[in-house]
Amino acid sequence: MTATAPLLEIDDLRVAFPGRGFRARPIEVLHGVSLTLGEGEVLGLVGESGSGKTTIGRATLGLVAASGGTIRFQGEDITHAGTAQRRALARDIQVVFQDPYSSLNPALTIEDILSEPLIVQGVTARDARARVLGLLDKVELPKDAGQRLPREFSGGQRQRVAIARALAPGPKLIICDEPVSALDLSTQALVLELLMDIQRETGVSYLFISHDLGVVRHVSHRVAVIYQGDIVETGRAATVTSTPDHPYTRRLLLASPVADPVEQRRRREERHRMALLADGGTPAGQQGDPAGEHDDPNQVSGAVAGWPGPAIRPEA
Amino acid sequence: MLQYILRRLATALVLALLVTFFTFWLLSSSFDGVAANILGPAATSEAIEALQVQLGLDRSVVVQYFDWLGGVLTGDFGNSYFTSEPVAQAVGSRLGVTLSLVLVALAISVVISVALGVLAASRAGAVDRLSQAVSLTGHLFPNLLIAIVLVVVFAVNLGWFPATGYTPLAENPGRWALAITLPVIVLVINGIANMAAQVRGTMIGELQKDYVRTLRSRGVATRSIVYRHALRNAASPALVVMSLEFLSMFGGALIIENVFALPGFGSFAFNSALRGDVPVILGITLFSVLLVVSINLLTDLINGWLNPKARLF
Amino acid sequence: MSEAQAPETETETEAADTTQRRSAFGRLIRDPQAVITATILVVIVLLGLLAPLLAQHDPNESALSAVNADPGTPGYLLGGDQSGRDIFARLLYSINTSVLSGLIGTSVAVAVGLTFGLIGGYFGGRTRFATEWLFNLIMTFPGLLLLIVLLPVTGGDFRATMLIFGVLLAPGVYRIVRNLTVGARNELYVDAARVSGLSSPRILRRQVMPTVRGPVIISAAFLTGSAIGVQSGLAFLGLGSTEVPSFGAMIADGFRNYYVDPLQFVWPAAFLGVLTSALVLFGNSLRDALAGARPKAQKIAAPSVQAGSPASRGEAGEALVQIEGLSLSYPTPSGGVKEVLSGVSLAIRPGETLGLVGESGSGKSQTAFSVLGLLPPDAVITSGSIRLEGRELLGLRERELIQVRGRAIAYVPQEPMSNLDPSFTIGAQLVEGIRATSGLPRAAAGKRALELLDHVGIPDPKRVFSSYPHQISGGMAQRVLIAGAVASRPRLLIADEPTTALDVTIQAEILDLLRDLQAEMGMAILMVTHNFGVVADICDRIAVMQQGRIVETGEVEAVFRDPQHPYTRMLLDSILDESHVRTDSPVLVAPGAEGPR
Repeated sequence: MTATAPLLEIDDLRVAFPGRGFRARPIEVLHGVSLTLGEGEVLGLVGESGSGKTTIGRATLGLVAASGGTIRFQGEDITHAGTAQRRALARDIQVVFQDPYSSLNPALTIEDILSEPLIVQGVTARDARARVLGLLDKVELPKDAGQRLPREFSGGQRQRVAIARALAPGPKLIICDEPVSALDLSTQALVLELLMDIQRETGVSYLFISHDLGVVRHVSHRVAVIYQGDIVETGRAATVTSTPDHPYTRRLLLASPVADPVEQRRRREERHRMALLADGGTPAGQQGDPAGEHDDPNQVSGAVAGWPGPAIRPEA
Repeated sequence: MLQYILRRLATALVLALLVTFFTFWLLSSSFDGVAANILGPAATSEAIEALQVQLGLDRSVVVQYFDWLGGVLTGDFGNSYFTSEPVAQAVGSRLGVTLSLVLVALAISVVISVALGVLAASRAGAVDRLSQAVSLTGHLFPNLLIAIVLVVVFAVNLGWFPATGYTPLAENPGRWALAITLPVIVLVINGIANMAAQVRGTMIGELQKDYVRTLRSRGVATRSIVYRHALRNAASPALVVMSLEFLSMFGGALIIENVFALPGFGSFAFNSALRGDVPVILGITLFSVLLVVSINLLTDLINGWLNPKARLF
Repeated sequence: MSEAQAPETETETEAADTTQRRSAFGRLIRDPQAVITATILVVIVLLGLLAPLLAQHDPNESALSAVNADPGTPGYLLGGDQSGRDIFARLLYSINTSVLSGLIGTSVAVAVGLTFGLIGGYFGGRTRFATEWLFNLIMTFPGLLLLIVLLPVTGGDFRATMLIFGVLLAPGVYRIVRNLTVGARNELYVDAARVSGLSSPRILRRQVMPTVRGPVIISAAFLTGSAIGVQSGLAFLGLGSTEVPSFGAMIADGFRNYYVDPLQFVWPAAFLGVLTSALVLFGNSLRDALAGARPKAQKIAAPSVQAGSPASRGEAGEALVQIEGLSLSYPTPSGGVKEVLSGVSLAIRPGETLGLVGESGSGKSQTAFSVLGLLPPDAVITSGSIRLEGRELLGLRERELIQVRGRAIAYVPQEPMSNLDPSFTIGAQLVEGIRATSGLPRAAAGKRALELLDHVGIPDPKRVFSSYPHQISGGMAQRVLIAGAVASRPRLLIADEPTTALDVTIQAEILDLLRDLQAEMGMAILMVTHNFGVVADICDRIAVMQQGRIVETGEVEAVFRDPQHPYTRMLLDSILDESHVRTDSPVLVAPGAEGPR
């Protein structure tokens, strides 16, 4: 499936969260998800809020517990890794979160933020400081940035710091959890460029999680589409994001507005046609249109009301 | 709903048991002195020992505790070692004084605090500075100091109020009011200091929320936004502070009762503790725990009702 | 509020915050209140420490000759009390009792509260359940009563009493620390630290402690004050050894002796008052220095207008809304003024959809809120004019603006959930808006609200009408907000990023809904957005904003085809469209080259 040797193999992963309230039943958010990510590969994971895409990343990082299935890293089962194994894994698996405001401790200087993971890995304080300078350079931040506090930086610069922190131990895999969705359009393009340059240069693999088809298409070799806790489609980026097989992916593609008034009008009409088909009750529409997409507000049926989960981005 | 209350009451029961046992156990170390205290300095050691046996103080703590507990379950809280008065009756008669003091003070503090906090948050400017100054001033001095100064100025020097003593409300409402005015003022100063700032802060937070802007965009009147929407959302945290304030007033009444020589719950507890009157101390402890637990339960129930997300019924 | 709408842009922030970066200590020594109170506290503590040198008598030494001696009696600076003891000496030694009480009470409270707060806050689950239970138990002991009840145990020794009192104060510290720790625990930086392999103790020490430190120091100052107050109260009651001089005991003595010599009670009362008020005031300054600005009350009012409009009252004829030369500033913390809008001019024509596009901090939301008169209270409009159908809106009072809002101009916000009052049903909120603008009786307004809900495509209007906001989804909530906005058929709908918080599939539905409503009602829409896809989908014209200025305006198709301004070109070039698809294959990099240096 992958072009290179598998680095990360997720097999039939299930995650359930305890239900809210007294004696509530646990809510399963991932219903047996399987993914493979090769060395040097970028796998885009695209889905809407509540789809479980972030949970896959967090389970791989050990931040949420899996209730079933396995996660393998370089062939080693890390599904229920203990503290010691996690510390060793920290060298190889890193993360860049969505929110560059919450992901940097406001009370620490950039240098402290970047050297902390190195010191944990046994690097001396002096070596760590030298490495920090290299890291700042790599993410194109000024040398004196180390002495400053996160609040002195803009969102894009903070995200560069977060990327530097992820790069610090020289990982093989970085989970990128919506790394650019909190950024402005022009900043987003620059940060994506940086991420891709680093990837090409170091051969690190990304599990790139995003709600934005455009972003995912731009950075990923392969794309997996997740819907309500299930992967519905996986394939080459160009294929999945232009001629998708699965109706949900198609719906997602048609719903994403393109920045071209003429093309967008064509798309809108196609989307309306698809919705009418679904309304007409053709089997294909029923089957492939899980949430029942409708456009005429006066014709919306109960299917929209039953739209699952909160529809608010960004997800935590 | 009923299930929730029952569950909470069961927890409360366990808590009451633990606290009373803990108190009992701590007090047991001082049992030796109790018999000597009762008999006075002239008592012989034989007499003291005899009294200890008579009171059951020679038995193990656990046995004594369960003995006491058995009594409580049948409604018998024991009698005071010193006055032989039944504990339930003794506690009850002192309670009226303290509760009338605390409830009047709480009611006044709540009204003033809410008015001050809401006005400060919605009008800003001078009202806001005033409310902050009032809150700060109330914090500057301990209760004791405020009480003493009030007594010296208004009772001793000006003679406007009786310096000491208490008249029950049923006996003479006018004298009752005079007797509790100064103590209530002390409690109110403290109450406002604690609550006004909190109401102000919560109201400011509410008025800066998005929904306020949306309501404004629909042409809804400012008065409705402040008093209907923001105040309603601020009510729940304010209620929690109110319940804590009630409890702290109840405990803090002790010093004030002493300054004004009011025969209240606090001074009663103090005198009983000084003498080592174990049954009375236990009765007081049990009552205090039950009071705290019921206040907390009441607060939670009202809060549950105020907050649609947590509504239980 | 406005900050959330407009986080600064990449270039702006770099310089912005360096001015605020003064250290907390620096702020503290610049605050006269802090300096004065700290000096008073130091002097008082020194007086206590130097008591053996300054006092000529032992605090418990009584002399018959000194009974009720007048102040100024040789050897008795402040006179003698009714037992013939030196009041001056007793005052100095009382300081030590108070200070020691404060220190014991506070350190116990901080040690216990901090330890358990960190543990309970960080670990959660059963551990937190246990600490919560423990501290609820402690809270249940009615403070002073417990100290009294335990009199036989402590023997009245003030140090033992304060030890227990410290435990009783601990829940206050515990609450603060636990809440902050839970907060930090939910922050992504703690997740990042865990991913980096940091152990829990190290995370607590390095990541959590810095956020907890400030508030704990602040509360310690106040706790010391209350410990001293309680100790003096208990001493006043006569608790503890008569050998230990303390303010409370001196006040009690002086109070009893008031008719003989009123001054005897004034001295200790004054000392105690100065000590506790200095502590509280110092704590207040400490809070200002460590915790930064406290929330400020803000009056609900129309924006303040500094200068009149330039009033070029011509050719506004065809525009529904005409904005001319609008400049808007905010005061900065350092006393300066920051201009967020610099001479914005814009016309919105009846029935059109105008896209107002820009990056964060460009001023697009500020422009929109200026039209609604819904700016934060500290905003100042320095010049310009906003006319609705020829009528000047700037300078109107809140009461007059309320007549415009909801009727002629309506608003759809970005975050659907936070824009609904969580304590009221959807129906109640809609009815209130309808009644405010139409004056309909309650029943008729309710009927109208149900119609509206049905109209915006809500499948079960009755159920949604009686639902609370948390019971409906985000997409549904946005439909409700749109229903509320169009209730009185406004001529202009201002939509501030109305789909940014929604999933793309929902976004498409909401845009369709807006398009249909517009076709039906003929209203104009001012669409504030950063998303060019949204602009392409729904807008007729577009205005591009950059740093408080409009840099380009034009018909949508023309601007997309042939952008004139370099900034517009740059933005359009940043869009990742179908042409940006990754086609290269994964490449393995030689192991030696792996990782950064």
